Amino acid sequence: MKIKLSIPEIEKGYMKENIPAFRTGDTVRVHTKVKEGNRERIQMFEGIVIHRKNSGLKETFTVRKVSFGIGVERIFPLHSPLVEKIEVIRSGKVKKSRIFYMRDRSGKKSRLKEREDYKNGDKQIASAE
Amino acid sequence: MMINELIGRKVGMTQIYNESGQVVPVTVVEAGPCVVVGKRSLARDGYNAVSLGFGEKKNKRTTKPEKGQYSEDVSPKRIIKEVKTEEVESYNIGQEIKASIFKPGEYVDVIGISKGKGFQGVIRRHNFVGGVETHGSNFHRRPGSIGASADPSRVLPNMKMPGRMGGKRVTVQNLSVVVVDDSKNLLLIRGAVPGARGSLLTIKRRVSNG
Repeated sequence: MKIKLSIPEIEKGYMKENIPAFRTGDTVRVHTKVKEGNRERIQMFEGIVIHRKNSGLKETFTVRKVSFGIGVERIFPLHSPLVEKIEVIRSGKVKKSRIFYMRDRSGKKSRLKEREDYKNGDKQIASAE
Repeated sequence: MMINELIGRKVGMTQIYNESGQVVPVTVVEAGPCVVVGKRSLARDGYNAVSLGFGEKKNKRTTKPEKGQYSEDVSPKRIIKEVKTEEVESYNIGQEIKASIFKPGEYVDVIGISKGKGFQGVIRRHNFVGGVETHGSNFHRRPGSIGASADPSRVLPNMKMPGRMGGKRVTVQNLSVVVVDDSKNLLLIRGAVPGARGSLLTIKRRVSNG
């Protein structure tokens, strides 16, 4: 007997549906739920996506920002309930899927050009909505 | 005592998130539906049990003597297994036993056939430490001495030696059920279970209390 059920199909039921399209190089603002005692609040983390890893329910992405001169990286599980919302702020044109070279760059060198297709396409769609 | 056992198939592993956002590693098991194929009674057979069938089998591929086991309203099954129960009377032939006999948070024991590893040495098979790799040593992954000399002048039984590893019946106890999906007959069980994807499993309510 063939296996009718596959892991990707089962994972679908647990995955988030409204995840915005973003790629490596894009600047995002991630809203995460933080529990302090009994209180729950939203914490934000804004930076450049330098890597997206794994697929399906196991997907994670790494966000890097420079905070008071010190580089900070956080890895977020894409489908975690603690990741409340992901806002795409700016697109970035990069040639690699993992832009770990950003770690060695600072100041003007660490700028990224905006993606052309994003400028013309996605933004218009976003504004139309 | 109701039926505490199901026949299932390993689908694979994945991870899900619990309420507090923590990642839970789970094995997806297609558990049932198992159909009651036959009954054994104390009066007739000397013990009480219900025989469960799992997985469809083509009529064409079933031999006549095998077909004789099934009553008319039950189609041939890939696998049949007897499950002990005292309440034989409360089950009817053709009745479906579903994954919903288990509830989330319950503990189960899972039995399967482990993946075959082939012919393995003592380090992999029996967790021997082996010798040092350097300092002029010529003793790396060997088993070492397997016994004494003239006394007993034989190798004692059960000596740990190289050989076929895996492909054996393995029971993993006390795995917790995380999700029960009744419509798809799925059980999501925390942790790993024996066997390859697609291999047959037996899922039992846990035996021990520890």
